[in-house]
Amino acid sequence: MTDGPAHSAGRARILGRVRRALADVPRYERPEDHPVPRDYLRAHGERTPAESVDLLAARLTDYRAVVHRTDPPGLPALLAELLRRRGAHRVVVPVGLPDGWLAEAAVEQVVDTAELTARALDAVDSVVTGCALAIAETGTLVLDAGPDQGRRRITLVPDHHLCVVRAPGQVVDSVPRALERLSPVRPLTWISGPSATSDIELDRVEGVHGPRTLEVVLVESPEPPS
Amino acid sequence: MRVGLFVTCVNDTLRPSTGRAVVTLLERLGVRVDFPTAQSCCGQPLYNTGYRHGAEPLLLRTAAAFADHEYVVTPSASCAAMVRDAYPRIAARAAAEGRPGEAARLRAAAERLVPRTYELTEFLVDVLGVVDVGARFPHTVTYHPTCHGLRALGLRDRPRRLLEHVEGLELRELEGADECCGFGGTFAVKNAAVSAAMGADKARAITRTGAAAVCAADNSCLLHIGGTLAREDSPVRTLHLAEILACTDGVVP
Amino acid sequence: MSRTYLGMPAFPRAAAESTRDGTLRANLRHATHTIRAKRAAAVAELEDWERLRAAGAAVKDRTLHHLDHYLPLLEENVTRAGGTVHWAADADEANRIVTDLVRATGEREVVKVKSMVTQETGLNAALEEAGIRAYETDLAELIVQLGDDLPSHILVPAIHRGRREIRDVFRDRMADWGRPAPEGLTDRPADLAEAARLHLREKFLRCKVGISGANFMVAETGTLVVVESEGNGRMCLTLPETLISVVGIEKTVPTWRDLEIYLQLLPRSSTAERMNPYTSMWTGTTDEDGPRDFHLVLLDNGRTDTLADEVGRQALRCIRCSACLNVCPVYERAGGHAYGSPYPGPIGAILTPQLRGLASPLEESLPFASSLCGACYEVCPVAIDIPEVLVHLRERVVEGGPVTVGGNRTVIRPAKRHALERAAMRAAGWAFDHPAALRRAQRLAARTRRVHPRRLPGPGRAWSDTRELPEVPEESFRDWWARTRGERP
Repeated sequence: MTDGPAHSAGRARILGRVRRALADVPRYERPEDHPVPRDYLRAHGERTPAESVDLLAARLTDYRAVVHRTDPPGLPALLAELLRRRGAHRVVVPVGLPDGWLAEAAVEQVVDTAELTARALDAVDSVVTGCALAIAETGTLVLDAGPDQGRRRITLVPDHHLCVVRAPGQVVDSVPRALERLSPVRPLTWISGPSATSDIELDRVEGVHGPRTLEVVLVESPEPPS
Repeated sequence: MRVGLFVTCVNDTLRPSTGRAVVTLLERLGVRVDFPTAQSCCGQPLYNTGYRHGAEPLLLRTAAAFADHEYVVTPSASCAAMVRDAYPRIAARAAAEGRPGEAARLRAAAERLVPRTYELTEFLVDVLGVVDVGARFPHTVTYHPTCHGLRALGLRDRPRRLLEHVEGLELRELEGADECCGFGGTFAVKNAAVSAAMGADKARAITRTGAAAVCAADNSCLLHIGGTLAREDSPVRTLHLAEILACTDGVVP
Repeated sequence: MSRTYLGMPAFPRAAAESTRDGTLRANLRHATHTIRAKRAAAVAELEDWERLRAAGAAVKDRTLHHLDHYLPLLEENVTRAGGTVHWAADADEANRIVTDLVRATGEREVVKVKSMVTQETGLNAALEEAGIRAYETDLAELIVQLGDDLPSHILVPAIHRGRREIRDVFRDRMADWGRPAPEGLTDRPADLAEAARLHLREKFLRCKVGISGANFMVAETGTLVVVESEGNGRMCLTLPETLISVVGIEKTVPTWRDLEIYLQLLPRSSTAERMNPYTSMWTGTTDEDGPRDFHLVLLDNGRTDTLADEVGRQALRCIRCSACLNVCPVYERAGGHAYGSPYPGPIGAILTPQLRGLASPLEESLPFASSLCGACYEVCPVAIDIPEVLVHLRERVVEGGPVTVGGNRTVIRPAKRHALERAAMRAAGWAFDHPAALRRAQRLAARTRRVHPRRLPGPGRAWSDTRELPEVPEESFRDWWARTRGERP
């Protein structure tokens, strides 16, 4: 059906119409000849790495993510405490979750596999992951399905997402700086706060289909000497 | 300094007091005003309704009427915007239609006229460099910025600065000032229901200010606003900004 | 049955009706005024907004001017990444392709992410005819679907509904479509959102086919982007086994890097957020993560006809943020349904007549559904000069001229119902070009001023029903000048 004559006929028809529609564009003009001014900013303001982490925390909080800060040795105890407070018993984790993150948590760990169905995920309490990077200006976490993040569905179906950001290494200032570091080959999920809607009277309400509680743990390592 | 007054067809026919006020005001400021009688309409009513070709002769006429003036001053933000935004576009469209001869004439006319054309408050503030024009008007007034003044010309705070320097004038804030009054030329009759609803909301906001008068830099909007206010028996009267600025004895001309 | 926009009356009539609806006016006023101030604040945070806006417009223009280069490139990269690309010249073709793809899976139900193009093509009705049930999963689309209603806003299709009406729709209709609304449902937005979550979750977990649109398609990588808030998009894009995305050809951007512009422009313009809660980006298929089969249906449906118009083609830059609706005084009073298409407001007034052509009195009336106040152009994140296009399309209606319909260039004649106006405009144009005649008319009006009626008959009633007529002065400015400045009359 897709490679038959109907397919190529539709393709040829549309591309033919496009070419006829563009009769006013000089034939010698190449796409890159059409000017695009790129004098917009790569980031808004100059910040030290520590200031960027502070901004990330503030912007995450702005959109109702709950932010916690700790250092690497304190991480296992903090994660254990947050899961205890949440009352989480069954927690889904990606295969590459760093050893030790959940060492102190008294929970049943469900490992992300291809066989784990959405319905099964609906029966777990929480998910714990890392991230690919975080964007300070917009308060955004980006997941790229890396080993410490897992398949896209595991951060979607459970109602509680605990996401660990390694700061300042994983924190970038702005959207342009984020895209520079991301690969489109990987499936990407950008998360800015818990799920929300503005569909009732254009007023924002948190909590629809995605996790209704988003907790972010900023694990701050001392800056490496540059 | 030779200034040509582009009074506009609406003011010429329906609100001559505004034209007289501009003459009074400019002459008081030491400007020699000339009124070339060959002028008529800038073509905006035709152009905005879709009759671009009908506007072409009016572009040429307007440019020719003011060919010898150093400055062309108009007490209408929308007519100034017509000259500045639409005239070059009319020329460009003629070229795109494959009418190079007309296009060249239209472009030449527009290029000569556009840089010399000023809306009144622009001329006062930017060219004459005055904000205190020596006016006295001891009344409460609210100001409606009008869409063309606000968005097409970007008059920003020029009218407000002029009003703030009028002796005795108390300026009242207008809620939703940047919203359209609903006039929109032929829109007022083609979509009369929506136009009237917008006008009614604007009129209510104006009446709520408690001001004795509402002023603007464009009489076409004021005709619509004034007609709506009058129908609603509002005590607020409409005045062109120039009529206030021309006033020195505190009495509305 | 899904309602359609077929046979809608021309804008002035529909708008006159909705303008009288007090509830609608109040709902729209409340919602649009809430978002206006927030948008302004979100935009003011970025000192380079105008530069981003210029770049956003330029990248779209580059793409549009070279769409014949970028579409095959996009196709190549989607295909290389494991997707299948289909081409649909019009709505029927798109619906047929999607219906066949769903049939091939053997499934009888699909979950849908909010998508403007499938509203445009009437996909749900086409699927229904084929015995396939489509569940809308965006909260507002759900409200519209359950209420057997039509969308009235690009971002918030149920903007015309207040919270009480939404509660009633949920309480009365959810049971017909699946899980009923919880007992004692209140009209608190949080409770309404919870009811939608419970109602839809079952469907997300069950359905094996998802249908989406896309906000952007990156030609150089084959990546698709969906920007959303609720998480229903992520559900539909990642849980099903088969994903079918129907996307207008103008959604293409050349490079990965170009997203840095639009991901700053879109959320702030749309929901007034620094970033929307969820953005999904995918390139073809990924082993063991998300759908196994991915189909991209590229839709024309009037877009190439729009592209052929040098002035009108800028409408194709639109990124569907709906900022222009939220600031439009006409939209605020007329409501979205009066525009007779899924694209209401200022952008709809220039998009619908171009996508469909000036096919009926409705399309002919849309370019006039504006006071040309310019608020839409001011907020547009890709700088579409909507007033310029409106005036251009008015010209096509009243003067006729060259247009492209179904890929063929043709010259249309002036619309018949404008004949009287045309004659009047011609007369006015002549008088304005003959000042002596103008002066005679002015004097005649001045002489007869005492007998002018307060209200006009015929077409003039449109003015004088709600507004006093201006009084004609005793003397025109022209005559005053001649009298006082000593020029000969």
